[in-house]
Amino acid sequence: MTQEMHPLEKFTRKGMIPHIWCAGCGDGVILSEFLRALDELKMDLNKVAVVSGIGCIGRISGYVKLDGFHTTHGRAIAFAVGLKASRPDLKVVVISGDGDLFSIGGNHFIHAARRNIDITVICSNNFNYGMTGGQAGPTTILEGRTTTSPYGNIEHPFNLVHLAAGSGAVYVARWTTAHVRRIRESIKKTLTKKGFTFIEVISPCPEQYGRRNRMGEIMDQFNWLREKSVVQHFSDPLKAEVALDRIVVGEFVDLDKPEYTDLLRRQMMTVQGTLDKDGRLTNAPL
Amino acid sequence: MMARDVLTGTHFTQGDFACAEGAIAAGCRFFAGYPITPATEVAERMARRLPEVGGVYLQMEDEIGSVAAIIGASYGGVKSMTATSGPGFSLMQENIGLAVMTEAPIVIVDVMRGGPSTGQPTKTGQQDLMQARWGSHGDYEIIAFAPSSVQESFDLTVQAFNLSEKYRVPVFVMLDEVVGHMRERLVIPPPDQLEIINRKKPAVQPEQYNPFQPEKDLVPPMAVFGEGYRFYATGLTHDETGHPQTDSAEEQTKLVKRLCDKIRVNRDSIVQVKRLLLDDAEVCVVAYGSVARSAVAAVNRARERGVKAGFLGLTTIWPFPDKEIEAIADQVDRIVVAEMNYGQIVREVERRFDYRKITFVPKLGEDPHTPDELLSSIMGYRK
Amino acid sequence: MEATRKPLSPQHNLKIIEVEIDTIPERCKGCGICVELCPKDVLDYDPKLNMHGAHPPRVAKKDDCVGCGLCEEVCGDLAIFLRRKGEQK
Repeated sequence: MTQEMHPLEKFTRKGMIPHIWCAGCGDGVILSEFLRALDELKMDLNKVAVVSGIGCIGRISGYVKLDGFHTTHGRAIAFAVGLKASRPDLKVVVISGDGDLFSIGGNHFIHAARRNIDITVICSNNFNYGMTGGQAGPTTILEGRTTTSPYGNIEHPFNLVHLAAGSGAVYVARWTTAHVRRIRESIKKTLTKKGFTFIEVISPCPEQYGRRNRMGEIMDQFNWLREKSVVQHFSDPLKAEVALDRIVVGEFVDLDKPEYTDLLRRQMMTVQGTLDKDGRLTNAPL
Repeated sequence: MMARDVLTGTHFTQGDFACAEGAIAAGCRFFAGYPITPATEVAERMARRLPEVGGVYLQMEDEIGSVAAIIGASYGGVKSMTATSGPGFSLMQENIGLAVMTEAPIVIVDVMRGGPSTGQPTKTGQQDLMQARWGSHGDYEIIAFAPSSVQESFDLTVQAFNLSEKYRVPVFVMLDEVVGHMRERLVIPPPDQLEIINRKKPAVQPEQYNPFQPEKDLVPPMAVFGEGYRFYATGLTHDETGHPQTDSAEEQTKLVKRLCDKIRVNRDSIVQVKRLLLDDAEVCVVAYGSVARSAVAAVNRARERGVKAGFLGLTTIWPFPDKEIEAIADQVDRIVVAEMNYGQIVREVERRFDYRKITFVPKLGEDPHTPDELLSSIMGYRK
Repeated sequence: MEATRKPLSPQHNLKIIEVEIDTIPERCKGCGICVELCPKDVLDYDPKLNMHGAHPPRVAKKDDCVGCGLCEEVCGDLAIFLRRKGEQK
């Protein structure tokens, strides 16, 4: 028993822990693994910015002691794109939820991936809109019960791995919050890889989705992730399904192609030939 | 070799281009936008010029993303802007609220066309003025200019950047399509004759920095991402440390009032009007944008016919020049308000002047009022 | 190290580090995953409730701990962690 500091507390803002997330929520695991990844990489923490949207996971930018911004619903990626394009020296990470990134924010996701701009997007996918009480979302499994699909969801969910791969992401991975160490390794990969990188993390939502779909106690939901997931590295994204009896996880895409801020810099050099060593815009007045 | 950012000299160009050059002269190095008639030329000019001066042109997927992106660039320490027209302006409103709440300096150019909805894309209008003031939800204050000429499009865009930096607020440059697309003489001064204002930087170390702690002028100094301040901004109601305060009535009151007061208490140094022949005027014409040009001609013609007419041009639309209206309210018998809409700024005038003594001259579609059209309204009151 | 698994073999120079488990009981929200997941059943539930109304974990079988670190890894509340034995608190 101790009242001493948890090793990750050197990365969190004073007074913000304990966070608002529920018991058994996957968001806490994402927070911890993200911080561990930063720690292991020994990144310059003054140069990492976290951008999040609206939703439970959206609170994360307020918990980590990094430059952070909490945008309007769905606009985290658009903000991040503006920040990265004007400040290519920063490492910009978007951490947001399935509704924020793929419902209202879907358009920004596919275009940022298409541009292959060097940002990392981590999606906490808990199959519903938790913050507002558990409504259906674009990743709710068929027949899933939510407050806005009380008779069962009749819409097919997105296959986020396929969507990201098809939009042009250069790194795509899916893990569950039971795969703690794999999440961390994938995050480290995305933080050091140039281009648009995406990690989908399947998270339990015990209070809302888990309860309404009678998925059992917190440990049952954790075990569901462990038992039903199957690692299929570099298998066909189209077949990387997420269903009650099978969750396909692993790394699916890991390739290289010209990145947006590099192309921008090269073009600027062609037009006028001057940029400093950080790729920072010269003549920026501030 | 870097191209010049301030194109000192005399030019013959359109209002849209003048806005772009004004922005670059003011230090803007980031533009994110989406093409829309009649503002596309601003984007096209920025696309060509920004890489020359080390800036970034980013064509976003929509106007909603455009404002989010320029807020991102602003927080990265780069002066940023976007340009749009009515339909895009509507899309931008939610994130304008975000810029207000996070006190992000940004400039938005709205080249107004006929609305509502898709309307008449290639025809002028002045139908977005109220939207500039009230378009987003919640209580807030913004600054909006209405240039009447190509020269003003340049000058007021420079001032828009200055005020957005000074007050950490979105500033709007509301051209109408006539001003945006007409071609006139533009004189760009040498750089040392341009007043440029930059945002206040924090004077304290990161450990003592509270991102939303105001100074005496009610404006907090603004740190920039990537310089060790590691601070946090949110669209939620927040306290001076930036952390969400979603339960406290006291914090909500404090924040909303400060966001409004920082403009309200400084209105005297923000508001600009043009006065012509008002000292002994019995009838005053109030107009802005392209209509102001006709109004000046009409007032001069009225004077030739022996009518004591005067002109009050609204260079700043918001904060509204209420004191300037009140100053002439006791003196004039009638105010003629001419605008290219069905009643927007006239309502603000009605709040300061007896509505029975106001002649409202709306005009919708195609061209602004001609001087003779306004002249007949000026002469008409005497009957 | 990548996200793909590499099997262990004798040539890996493995050392078992002596650790102690520290908990921050008031932070725990009572998900129970650390207790259930521990491969050596080192943890059980403290009968006392904390401020969240949860039973935080308690070290029951200290000497059985092998320092796998799973309890610290799965905790989403930053409420349990390992410290090297003898390390300054």
